[in-house]
Amino acid sequence: MPQIKAKIVYNKKVKENYWCCVFNAPEVVKKASPGQFLNIRVEDKELLLRRPFSIHGIQGSGLGIIYEVLGKGTKYLSRRKPGEYLDIIGPLGNGFDYKTQGCQGTMVPVLVAGGMGVAPLFFLAEKLRENQNPKSKIQNVVLIGAKTKNHILCEKEFKAAGFDVRIATDDGSRGFKGYVSELLEKILSADLRHVQSASSKDAERSRGIYACGPKPMLKEICRISRKYGLSSQVSLEEHMACGIGACFGCVAETKEGYKRVCKDGPVFKADDLIW
Amino acid sequence: MKPKLSVNIGKLKLNNPVMVASGTFGYAEELKDLVILKELGAIVTKTITLNPRRGNPPPRTCETPSGMLNSIGLENPGVENFLKEKLPFLKKSGVPIIISITSESGVEEFVKLARRLDGVKDISAIEINISCPNIRNDTKIPRCQGTRLIAQDPKATHEVVKAVRKATGKTLITKLSPNVTSIAEIAQAAEEAGSDALSLVNTLIGMSVDAGTRKPKIAAITAGLSGPAIRPVALRMCWEVYQKVKIPIIGMGGITDISSALEFFICGATAISVGTANFINPKTATEIISGLKEYLSENKINNMKEIIGDLKL
Ligand SMILES: Cc1cc2nc3c(=O)[nH]c(=O)nc-3n(C[C@H](O)[C@H](O)[C@H](O)COP(=O)(O)OP(=O)(O)OC[C@H]3O[C@@H](n4cnc5c(N)ncnc54)[C@H](O)[C@@H]3O)c2cc1C
Ligand SMILES: Cc1cc2nc3c(=O)[nH]c(=O)nc-3n(C[C@H](O)[C@H](O)[C@H](O)COP(=O)(O)O)c2cc1C
Ligand code: FES
Repeated sequence: MPQIKAKIVYNKKVKENYWCCVFNAPEVVKKASPGQFLNIRVEDKELLLRRPFSIHGIQGSGLGIIYEVLGKGTKYLSRRKPGEYLDIIGPLGNGFDYKTQGCQGTMVPVLVAGGMGVAPLFFLAEKLRENQNPKSKIQNVVLIGAKTKNHILCEKEFKAAGFDVRIATDDGSRGFKGYVSELLEKILSADLRHVQSASSKDAERSRGIYACGPKPMLKEICRISRKYGLSSQVSLEEHMACGIGACFGCVAETKEGYKRVCKDGPVFKADDLIW
Repeated sequence: MKPKLSVNIGKLKLNNPVMVASGTFGYAEELKDLVILKELGAIVTKTITLNPRRGNPPPRTCETPSGMLNSIGLENPGVENFLKEKLPFLKKSGVPIIISITSESGVEEFVKLARRLDGVKDISAIEINISCPNIRNDTKIPRCQGTRLIAQDPKATHEVVKAVRKATGKTLITKLSPNVTSIAEIAQAAEEAGSDALSLVNTLIGMSVDAGTRKPKIAAITAGLSGPAIRPVALRMCWEVYQKVKIPIIGMGGITDISSALEFFICGATAISVGTANFINPKTATEIISGLKEYLSENKINNMKEIIGDLKL
């Protein structure tokens, strides 16, 4: 987990308030795994703490993040120009366990993204595809939840990666009207009906959920996951000070007590979390 | 000629006067990829208690103008787990290790902890944290019931320091709170009771509210303010205490670079400690050490000690 100065090669608005930034960071790329994040310094006089961002993708020695401009830190980031440098620490945290779960053909990966939650899931999608046997007939699925049809991120990219893309929007302007967690439950209950008629007992257990998004959504995912007896991993967000496990500022409640989101997470097994 | 950076804190000799503050450097292992640990003057570990402590509910931190609030609530594994799981790595770092301790109950717990650590040879000094604003102080020390800190009362400070002094021969450092009317008075009480040195300051008690939801940004409502926002207050307190005590001061509060570190030396600190700045740039302490060497060479000062308290009036 090095601290480096990374040269920005690209930093542009994608749509609405969403931006994409790519920088050259070979030392980080070498070690990066989906679900891990970077802690980026904002060198603004008034601001202090680094800001955490998920690794969205890698290409060659380039590393990309996507971010929503919300406050001063992300505004600072959106003003950086190619050629400038960012002070980065990463990759940080424990990412998704995808090798034992998603790639062996016993699980059908279902990625569930709420809003900015697509950020780490796209990197995961690429890694899943890389590691799956090309001959296997697994149909990877991603459910993308967004406010409106204008806020849907990475649809094309997931399709290009061979994913079956399902959309949910809060206002119903595209796809399923409602939360992405509701869409997931709808799909799972349809599975169940299908399975019951096909009388194959364990097929409904064969979906493995990978989720990232706002807290209420993740709480729902954990509930649904338990209800259907699925194996799920969720990526949490918590306010961070150090990002490296040194301050105990970012804890989440688990069966084993508080765990640090930045060091023990950000990805946790749904079954381990207490809401 | 190379300027001399070494200083003494009680019986403890530091190769240089720059250390890292309790609670901001974990148990050092977390920073091993980012900082050359052996360059540090000393490492002060996260405050430990006799028994494991869960800490406060999240959110525990938030950013404020030029500072941050934290209410970790002293989450720690307890002294025995600390010795088993954390000390072995710290020992390998090759720098003096200062263990910060506090009590959840009364004077007896301080004494028990100090006795337990007294026999551990890899521990260089003990810092007693009598100033953490994030635990409810239900101690049996009569003056400190309710939410009062030990470090807010000179008599309670005296009592605790004296008891710990009797329990250990190791260098004893007392960590003071800025949430007081007269810090010099508390400092004198600690000195009189036998403290070898003083660490100051701990965090200032503060609050922050989300105006949209009208909820406090920290679950515990109040929290400790740290970072550059508190530097002028911390510096003033360092200067006040320096004029009233003879024992060495370890100055801290918003130090981020060589010039802010120098301010504290000039106001009487024998050593300084880097806290919140570790989160922003983990190399802050080691950069201050190089900065100090340069500053002394450029100003043709042979010994670090010449600038301590050298405020030109
Ligand atoms: C592990 C992790 C991965 C993340 N990945 C992404 C990503 O890929 N893309 C993206 O757009 N955002 C991501 N976020 C959220 C992002 O860090 C915040 O949106 C950002 O810090 C806001 O900073 P600001 O100064 O613009 O906003 P402000 O609201 O001004 O921030 C003030 C403070 O709150 C903190 N903060 C605000 N929102 C959050 C949040 N949701 N989670 C944690 N801290 C927050 C900031 O770090 C800062 O300390 C991630 C957060 C975490 C913890
Ligand atoms: C997240 C955090 C945790 C802290 N935990 C402790 C602690 O356990 N014990 C202690 O004595 N001080 C603790 N402190 C206080 C620091 O050691 C230091 O006194 C204070 O932050 C002021 O210095 P700074 O402005 O450089 O951070 C903590 C500070 C922060 C920011
Ligand atoms: S942010 Fe410091 S421990 Fe996670």
